[in-house]
Amino acid sequence: MPPAISTQELTRRFDSVTAVDALSLDVQPGEVFGLLGPNGAGKTTTIKMLITLLPPTSGKATVAGHDISRDTRLVRRSIGYVPQLLSSDGALSARENLMTTARLYHLAASERAGRIDEALKFMDLGDSADRLVRTFSGGMIRRLEIAQAMLHRPEVLFLDEPTVGLDPNARRAVWEHIRGLREMAGTTILLTTHYMDEAAELCGRVGFMHLGRLVALGTPAELSAQAGKGKDLDDAFTYFTGSGLTESGEQGGQYRDVARTRRTARRLG
Amino acid sequence: MTSPERVERPAVWAEPPAPARFVLDAWTIAEGEMRKLRHDPTELITRAVQPLLWLLVFGQVIANTRAIPTGSLGYMDFLAPGVLAQSALFSAIFFGIAVIWERDLGVLHKYLVSPASRSSLVTGKALAGGLRSLVQAAMVYVVALLIGVHLRLDPLSVIGVALVVVIGSAAFATFSLVIACLVRTRERFMGIGQILTMPLFFASSAIYPISIMPNWLQVLAHLNPLTYQVDALRGLMVEGATESFPLALDFAVLSATTVVLIAIAARLYPRLAQ
Repeated sequence: MPPAISTQELTRRFDSVTAVDALSLDVQPGEVFGLLGPNGAGKTTTIKMLITLLPPTSGKATVAGHDISRDTRLVRRSIGYVPQLLSSDGALSARENLMTTARLYHLAASERAGRIDEALKFMDLGDSADRLVRTFSGGMIRRLEIAQAMLHRPEVLFLDEPTVGLDPNARRAVWEHIRGLREMAGTTILLTTHYMDEAAELCGRVGFMHLGRLVALGTPAELSAQAGKGKDLDDAFTYFTGSGLTESGEQGGQYRDVARTRRTARRLG
Repeated sequence: MTSPERVERPAVWAEPPAPARFVLDAWTIAEGEMRKLRHDPTELITRAVQPLLWLLVFGQVIANTRAIPTGSLGYMDFLAPGVLAQSALFSAIFFGIAVIWERDLGVLHKYLVSPASRSSLVTGKALAGGLRSLVQAAMVYVVALLIGVHLRLDPLSVIGVALVVVIGSAAFATFSLVIACLVRTRERFMGIGQILTMPLFFASSAIYPISIMPNWLQVLAHLNPLTYQVDALRGLMVEGATESFPLALDFAVLSATTVVLIAIAARLYPRLAQ
């Protein structure tokens, strides 16, 4: 079976900054893959290229077998995406959000209502289905967003910082639902996160990005071991991506990134 | 790995051919916007206040001075269609702010990764912008009737007015969307929105006829889509009013403007998510 995600020398430059630098990576069907690294490492830019929001400067990639530059519509049909920011509309109810998704993906009219009920139940949102999303807690919003992203049964699901700003209970609930999805639907998942415990918990394989490059690739256990005896993934993070830690912060954590992350955290929290 | 979901997948697709998909997707977007207004109509109600002031305060005062030559038409008869166009413009021109808000939140990204085409998303937004203005139109009609404006109330005229209001507002809402795509931040957008509304408004025949404008302004007025909207409204709305241009030309200008702006906006829209 061909890889669910495959990139060759995928590159994106913004003016003089190379956000993603010749990334070559294969993610196999059914895999949960974690893309890790400091702010500005190129994780979100990579995802944006893979989900057709941002054209690459050079290089190639396929998602679910479709070329991300040529077959944008086929790629979009095959993927689900939960952005770091909020993606459910607070001015609509949970059910209305899901219905909009069902219609934009042209699910058969006869299947929509049943599928939406099923998704709400699976995400434990059945009792709140008709409340406006702006009254939801952060964890509920995240679960609704995942339900929306999964409604059309995508082959590949992209999760950008799925638990940023959530309390430990809400995080654990999101984890359980992500694992459940993988077991139920065999969905390939690519996620980014700053929480190494989250990556170790969910991901079969992880890749560390640093200054736009993929600097390490392997299972969480392998990479921890490379950092030294008795080390964990947190240590591996510093081991692989700590070198650029200077006063100027490299590109890591530009003002805008920080503002955005904190805003997301505040809205969800 | 072959999961049960994977086998089942083809059954869920019920994709119609591209033209039908375009219409359905645009309607999905527009309908979502309508739902939001139903959940929280505050905005519509506050928007309806402005035309009241123009008709009841500005209109009555200017009508008393008899300073503006409007031919055989009374000034209030002349003004009512202008106020309708003006209030629709003033709310449509700030439509882009909602789009920037959606971009800041992330809702926009969700729509852009869906299989819906960019042009259908933008058309849906434009349609929503157009339909919202119908509430203002209803408000203007009620007040205009109360103060004795000679409205044409036959069904054909009313439908015509509704069409002109929707198309005109869709055009200006899309214009606003284009600006939002270019400036991208709320602060910059607010500034530019303020700068744009007044020239559009004053360089039109909304509150005085083109004939009393200085020459240079007359030229601008002829290039301004709002002039054609007001012209069509005046002819359709008011008993005894005559249009300066053929009604077909008014419709053609407004429709063409909308189509061109939608094409531009569809190009620029994805930039918001980059």
